[in-house]
Amino acid sequence: MIRVDEKGFYGKFGGAYIPEMLHPNIEELRENWEAIIATPEYQTEFQMLLRDFVGRPTPLYFASRLSEKFGAKIYLKREDLCHTGAHKVNNTVGQIILAKKLGKKRIIAETGAGQHGVATATVCALMGMDCTVYMGSLDIERQKPNVERMKILGAKVVPATSGSQTLKDATNEAMRQWINNPVDTHYIIGSVVGPHPYPEMVARFQSVISEEIKWQLMEKEGRENPDAVIACVGGGSNAAGAFYHYYNTPEVRLIAAEAAGLGVNSGKSAATTVLGTPGILHGSKTILMQTEDGQVVEPHSISAGLDYPGIGPVHAHLFDIGRAEFVAVEDEDAMKAGILLSRTEGIIPAIETAHAIHALNLIEYRKDDVIVINLSGRGDKDLETYIKWGGY
Amino acid sequence: MNRIQYLFNTKKERVLSIYFTAGFPELEDTLPIMEAIQAGGADIIEIGVPYSDPIADGPTIQDSNMIALANGMSLKKLFEQLKGFRAKIHLPVVLMGYLNPIMQYGMEAFCKKCKEVGIDGLILPDLPMQQYQDEFKALFEEYGLFNTFLISPQTSEKRIREIDQNSNGFIYMVSAHSITGARAGISEEQIAYFERVKAMNLKNPRLIGFGISDSETFTTASNYSHGAIIGSAFIKKVKEAKDLSADIQDYIKSVIS
Repeated sequence: MIRVDEKGFYGKFGGAYIPEMLHPNIEELRENWEAIIATPEYQTEFQMLLRDFVGRPTPLYFASRLSEKFGAKIYLKREDLCHTGAHKVNNTVGQIILAKKLGKKRIIAETGAGQHGVATATVCALMGMDCTVYMGSLDIERQKPNVERMKILGAKVVPATSGSQTLKDATNEAMRQWINNPVDTHYIIGSVVGPHPYPEMVARFQSVISEEIKWQLMEKEGRENPDAVIACVGGGSNAAGAFYHYYNTPEVRLIAAEAAGLGVNSGKSAATTVLGTPGILHGSKTILMQTEDGQVVEPHSISAGLDYPGIGPVHAHLFDIGRAEFVAVEDEDAMKAGILLSRTEGIIPAIETAHAIHALNLIEYRKDDVIVINLSGRGDKDLETYIKWGGY
Repeated sequence: MNRIQYLFNTKKERVLSIYFTAGFPELEDTLPIMEAIQAGGADIIEIGVPYSDPIADGPTIQDSNMIALANGMSLKKLFEQLKGFRAKIHLPVVLMGYLNPIMQYGMEAFCKKCKEVGIDGLILPDLPMQQYQDEFKALFEEYGLFNTFLISPQTSEKRIREIDQNSNGFIYMVSAHSITGARAGISEEQIAYFERVKAMNLKNPRLIGFGISDSETFTTASNYSHGAIIGSAFIKKVKEAKDLSADIQDYIKSVIS
């Protein structure tokens, strides 16, 4: 049975390795989140916002030309059609209502590419809450449009200037600022990472993805279970959402596409399960890229959203027990897959998502297998990267 | 007897603990800094093991960590440097570090090495009490290592009692809700917290850290506890020092005078 235990572990991975200063905050969250989200009052607001604000349910779209090309029945779960352009908003909507119920006045968040930052700034504007987003100064340079989107929405964007100045450091900085402002502030973590209960909480908010896949596939194929679900994994929130209701259905293959960057042996990669070893990062025990001495290594991926040296503890567990198959997709192949999807289905995917598309080339399947790809985000934010790459 | 225990048996007030980052400013400064801290008249030496992602630390200690790592510091290197240090240093010595580098070294190998070179205690800010009890307590005890937990103004009375039960050596009172090096001076609100904890009559001595930088803040903190810890302010002194040994001794003398 794959589920989080009382202490926040998925098998060997998870837990809450945090400084004592954060203990009251984490404890408050751990003790209350499940009870709060189970109340009818919470559910009414949450479901209304998912429907009317986010635009759920998102379609499960039969990609006929892609299916023909690969010789399988390929469905795309259209998270790219969510408000703000990616699945990230499912979680921020869930957490902002929770923060309000906990009486919090301020929201902080970390962001890499800016998608989670935008999704957080969006729900803060919706709720009239003060919002500060920490972002690596390198990422601020690389992702200018999203920085401006956050500002338009009224959020303050604070550069993380320490370390490598990317997502990992933005996360460090958000945690430090939470230590500095523990009383009235809620930290909206954007992926299935961090100390317990965050990984499970974020996965639960994203689990609406697989919940919908089940009934949508029943309508279209007369079966709830596809043969395989494919999703890309950085920290792993869209994958956790797409896998969630299939964790314990072994006949459904779970396929996670990691970013190989310039190649797993190039020294410029983010393929955590290939290059990583067990360790502790951002409050949980997981698999992470590190030196022999336990210093965290800076990853590389062309997609900022996959540019993270660890994976969520639930994915470390799925990998450890062999429940999920992990494939590593290089920058170049991901870009080509992005173009392929654009031209066969008329959908320009986020570069993160393009990694999941290329996974079709790396796995074996039978003719007419039903495969669901979680189309986690759209490519608008990546235009500059597509243009710079230029191979179209 | 553990040197930390011996210290608090014989000295009940104005105990001064000094934190520095191993490998900063230069790789081989570890022993010279320890000798200078001792010669200056401090009571406890805290050696910080540098880490790439120190989430409880502010910019001053972060920077010292990055420089130390760039200089080539590692746990392995540190233990090499510490071999034989007890010939010169009689003060209690505590290692402070984040869990991941220690985990990669191997927790048992780490504890064994600590005992071998003469370390008395550990402060591992991201080791939660639960994990300590479940996984590490027996090991620390086997190798005679005292474990220090942190408490903050947010820590509930119930939790402080639990921490007191599970600590030996001393309790590290974080003076405010903040990361290291975030503020200067001590406010009335902080004093109320110091008094509240003092009135709990805990079995362990308490040292106050974060925000202590000079004679005045040291004395204020000492009025409500057994003494204080200086970290970021000391790192700044080390960074500015022209004569490392003399400047460190002068600084410590100025704090305790």
